[in-house]
Amino acid sequence: MTVLEHGSVPARLERIRDKVLGGTRLDREEGRWLLTEAPLLEVGALASDVRFARHPERVVTFVIDTNPNYTNVCITDCQFCAFYRKPGDKEAWTLTVDEVLAKVEFAASKGATTVLLQGGHNPALPLDYYLTLVRETRRRFPQVTPHFFTASEIRTMADVARIGFEDVLDRLWEAGQRTIPGGGAEVLSQRVRTRIEPKKGGPEAWLSVHRAAHAKGFRSTATMMYGHVEQVDDLLDHFDAIRSLQDQFHGFTAFVPWSFKPNHTLLEKWIKHYQGPNAYLRMLGVSRLYLDNFEHIQASWFSEGKQAGQVALHFGADDWGGTLFEENVHKAAAYVNTVTVDEIVTLIREAGFTPAQRTTEYDILQRY
Amino acid sequence: MRFSDGRLEPIWEKVQAGTRLDRDDGITLLETEDLLGVGRMADHVKSRLEGDRVYFVINRHITPTNLCVLSCSFCGFARKRGEAGAYEHTIEDMVAMVKDDMREVHIVGGHHPDWPFEYYERMIAAIHAARPEVPIKGFTAAEIDYFWRRWKIEPREALSRLKAAGLRSMPGGGAEIFSSRLARLLKYTGKADPDRWCEIHGIAHELGLKTNATMLYGHVETLPERVDHMLRLRAQQDVSGGFVTFVPLAYQTATTKLVPRQTPPADSLRTIAAARLLLDNFAHIEAYWVTLGEETASIALNFGADDVNGTLEDERIQHLSGAQTPAGLAREQLCRMIRDAGKIPVERDALYNIVGGPEMAPHTPPAEP
Repeated sequence: MTVLEHGSVPARLERIRDKVLGGTRLDREEGRWLLTEAPLLEVGALASDVRFARHPERVVTFVIDTNPNYTNVCITDCQFCAFYRKPGDKEAWTLTVDEVLAKVEFAASKGATTVLLQGGHNPALPLDYYLTLVRETRRRFPQVTPHFFTASEIRTMADVARIGFEDVLDRLWEAGQRTIPGGGAEVLSQRVRTRIEPKKGGPEAWLSVHRAAHAKGFRSTATMMYGHVEQVDDLLDHFDAIRSLQDQFHGFTAFVPWSFKPNHTLLEKWIKHYQGPNAYLRMLGVSRLYLDNFEHIQASWFSEGKQAGQVALHFGADDWGGTLFEENVHKAAAYVNTVTVDEIVTLIREAGFTPAQRTTEYDILQRY
Repeated sequence: MRFSDGRLEPIWEKVQAGTRLDRDDGITLLETEDLLGVGRMADHVKSRLEGDRVYFVINRHITPTNLCVLSCSFCGFARKRGEAGAYEHTIEDMVAMVKDDMREVHIVGGHHPDWPFEYYERMIAAIHAARPEVPIKGFTAAEIDYFWRRWKIEPREALSRLKAAGLRSMPGGGAEIFSSRLARLLKYTGKADPDRWCEIHGIAHELGLKTNATMLYGHVETLPERVDHMLRLRAQQDVSGGFVTFVPLAYQTATTKLVPRQTPPADSLRTIAAARLLLDNFAHIEAYWVTLGEETASIALNFGADDVNGTLEDERIQHLSGAQTPAGLAREQLCRMIRDAGKIPVERDALYNIVGGPEMAPHTPPAEP
């Protein structure tokens, strides 16, 4: 029946090809077909063509960054999270401003230009804690972009301070913040968010913060964590939501999908395994085709593995994410840092591309 | 099909027409930056032959000994007598390693300095007597050649006697890369050379033993050397017809550092896809998960591979060389690796008889369009 309605696979591919290379936006049915039925390598090849039409050079960017956390205390109880502890838990911890700044200083001394700082939703922390982190990072480490606090953390700050989240954004801007990480989107579908993160609010809880931020001049990323309870329509809801927000302000720098990892989470009871590399490659390819107003699609070597990350560069991705010192190194010495950058350069080269270091906002600093 | 590298278009014409690819085509397939172009052609051929099926086997490897008279530069496994870690299994030990649910036992070992040929004969007979339902695949052409070098037993006699003892098929190891340049460079001149390797497989085929063929790539070989290797296998298959599966083996770097890093996944995917396209007379192309890693092996199932090998309860050779994949993947994990690629897992035995799986009926390839 599908064949009768839409033609053969080559005919459908050709039609989609004409649209994406001709600047016509894909519709939901096309997105659904790409996500579910289209041959994987055809999706990848087309996504790669679109990537090279947009970025003709065989350059893949990366950022030297770190991804520390300031607290694991959280009141949101997301079912997919293995990181958080409830307030009062004996494994709960919160860093002081000085402790966080020491991490920033360490990363800065290793050449980091981005610090992606996130944490639990800790109601004990006053707004001033966050503002001080931004202000002091800007003052003491001008070469570092404070890429701090996801949308739901910003909402928590607003709730604790009893002001609107837009006011929090203004205060963060005054303190020197210009970009916001895209975490906490998960899948922007009411059904999914109600199921896995009921206390975080529906899609609008995330979208409204990013919308307001973009209106004020902030840039941010859009993320997606897939591979749990979502159906294909939920993924399409997500794509549609971020694509239409991007039409308003063009504030998203990149789209960054990754697969849910069930170990040690409440969802593990129902979902035992993460979706593998082929699902990831398809997600990247489809996002390149469907998100026609996104400049950059990021391959996440950290969450999907280096091998899948390298292959993903042939499926439409043009960015390799960051070094994530904190995640990799922990207490290791300076030497590990340079090895990490060297390894990224090697991995990108091995995949057949020219590595280039970028900033948080995707300006190229140097080519290798 | 559209390609970002126009050099692939004439190759695609040939693939569609069923015309055999030549050496230059092979080199183009391995050189091109259009990785997905090569992959899509290979997937087309694979799908025409096998649909969405991907084979796996519940198997184990038995490595009778790691004592070896050779010193190949790429091997992290071999030991000399008295060296730490050297071992020799008894026949009783080996019989105990084989379980009823296995559908393949793979026996490959070092070139032992003085085990008599009769020891191998007894080993096969004992395993076969204990587990007559478990097909035994054993002895690379290099080992069969060594029985001649060491004991002056002709390959035809050795294979006939081993077959009489219960041997059902031969693995494809010991081929390395068919290149006299590399044989000298990597010190495997003491091993069956390409002519001898092919001769022994030809004899096996005449005797009714099915065999596999391997290629050790990702070290210091050139791309034309890889192509020549595959074309040599294709020519042998034209003559003797008994090869079942081609198994490209990605060189493992951990202990023998011929190159600093394992070849990247794109290179392995391209090699597997090129093999599918060049080896038009091989039924199966394997994505051997132990050397590729689970992720790349799973992706390779969309690049022309139709087999992932097996559960491998023991795989000493690759692991001692540093393969990082978990030893002994359970059946469930193998099926997940296959399903993740959008394919249908089909359990086989050593000879590709179908043991189980959602669709167990034999698949007949459609006639050419």
